[in-house]
Amino acid sequence: MSTRREVIHLEDVWAGYDGRPVLEGINLSVKERDFVGIIGPNGGGKTTLLMVMLGLIQPTRGRVRVLGQSATQGRHFIGYVPQQVDFDRDFPVNVWDVALMGRLGQRGLLHRYTPEDRRAVARALQQVEMLDMKDWPISELSVGQRQRIYVARALATEPKILFLDEPTASVDSRITNSIYELLQKLNEHVTILLISHDMSAISSHVKTVGCLNRRLFYHESREITPEMLGEAYRCPIDLIAHGVPHRVFAQHHEEEVEV
Amino acid sequence: MITALQFDFMRHALMAGVLVSIACGIIGVYVVVNRIVFVSGGIAHAAYGGIGLGYFLGINPVWGAILFSLSAALGMGVVQRKTRQRADTIIGVMWAIGMAIGIVFVDLTRGYVVDLMSYLFGSILTVPRSDLVIMAILDVVIIALVAVFYKELLAMSYDETFATVENVPVDAIYIVLLCMIGLTVVMLMRVVGLIMVIALLTMPAAISEQFTSSLKKMMVLSIVLGIVFTTTGLWLSYALNLTSGATIILVSGTAFLLSLLYKAVAKRHARMSDAGRYSN
Repeated sequence: MSTRREVIHLEDVWAGYDGRPVLEGINLSVKERDFVGIIGPNGGGKTTLLMVMLGLIQPTRGRVRVLGQSATQGRHFIGYVPQQVDFDRDFPVNVWDVALMGRLGQRGLLHRYTPEDRRAVARALQQVEMLDMKDWPISELSVGQRQRIYVARALATEPKILFLDEPTASVDSRITNSIYELLQKLNEHVTILLISHDMSAISSHVKTVGCLNRRLFYHESREITPEMLGEAYRCPIDLIAHGVPHRVFAQHHEEEVEV
Repeated sequence: MITALQFDFMRHALMAGVLVSIACGIIGVYVVVNRIVFVSGGIAHAAYGGIGLGYFLGINPVWGAILFSLSAALGMGVVQRKTRQRADTIIGVMWAIGMAIGIVFVDLTRGYVVDLMSYLFGSILTVPRSDLVIMAILDVVIIALVAVFYKELLAMSYDETFATVENVPVDAIYIVLLCMIGLTVVMLMRVVGLIMVIALLTMPAAISEQFTSSLKKMMVLSIVLGIVFTTTGLWLSYALNLTSGATIILVSGTAFLLSLLYKAVAKRHARMSDAGRYSN
């Protein structure tokens, strides 16, 4: 276990907007082929944490290293799957051209895409089983299919690490499961870090879980302890383990779950 | 119309319509998909300052307009990217200051400025050959820039955050886009006047967005629509003795409203026939 290389290293990272801290003293170490899920309430800084690791937000204090490099250099090795709400869903573009955007990092300004780029994109679309739909307009895809395309676009970068922001927001449980199955398969080769507020989905699929609410509670284990949740959510939470340590139900978060 | 073609001014006008439609079709697509109609309007109006400057210095006002629209594009681009709040207020202020500068320069210009109104309301019938040459050059510049930066422009327009992560210089690409908008605006000003520039810049692209599934197809259709609108508008204004710029805008506007109507009806149809499929 300990021989695996560290791919992400955060040391006492503080970040915020207009002097108001959103992240306070974050320490995090992610190793090769980890599958880390980070949960936390909305506004708890989950997306900010991703932005800091992608070099899109400068931390006010602390150190961020991605594969031993600064965030803006290290992000070359990161495949980023953003949260879907940020997009214009009527944008006139097809599946293939979206996935091809994953090759921009390889082909800088003034360079055309090469046959190698096209092979990488075809491979990525194959991995998410969407190659048959490569000519489809993005606007005609379902939310789950679109999510697969964004995973493919991230894979086309040939990443060492995948970042996913709420990958299962607004998809039903069947699609949630198929997305996690796909991620588990990908995890054989790439390190995965995802953030979500969907605690039950995360805790049953990832290898380790952390809780984030300004401060990060992460013990490199799969278990979510009542202490972590209590600290992170700052409210009492019912935790039912059913003898299976990775099954977690938080009552005020998962109203539809029968207890 | 055939007899009208005997006149030089009519041939020039048709030619101007075609040249303008090319720039407009390409750049209008980016204005529409990036939703930057307001900043484009700001650039158009700020360009008026350059018209005034051109008259004051006694040079072709088009050169003044190019100078001012590019400066406005740079200024507004930097304001939009670097200030987190109140970008729209600052753009509105630059919009007004640009126009005010133009008016003051015209005041300072000795003698009566004859065709000032033509820049406000357009005068496609008085486009001289020299302006046609400028338009053709601007078309070539715009086509070349879009061809060179196509993949970056697409990525920035579609998903700016992802493009940034992939190390696309999105700020620079955005400024390039605004500068191209500035150049297009200057061309359009001659045809429909700066007050109606935004309409011709956005309507062909907005119509084609409903019927196409890629930026390239959307650009081609926008160019075709632009040519149809300017030619039809020109012919109607000639036949009915109306102001050409306004007639072109009304033709485009009518087509735009019809396309919205068509879309609403088509959607309703699709929903009715799909009703069963999505019921689960």
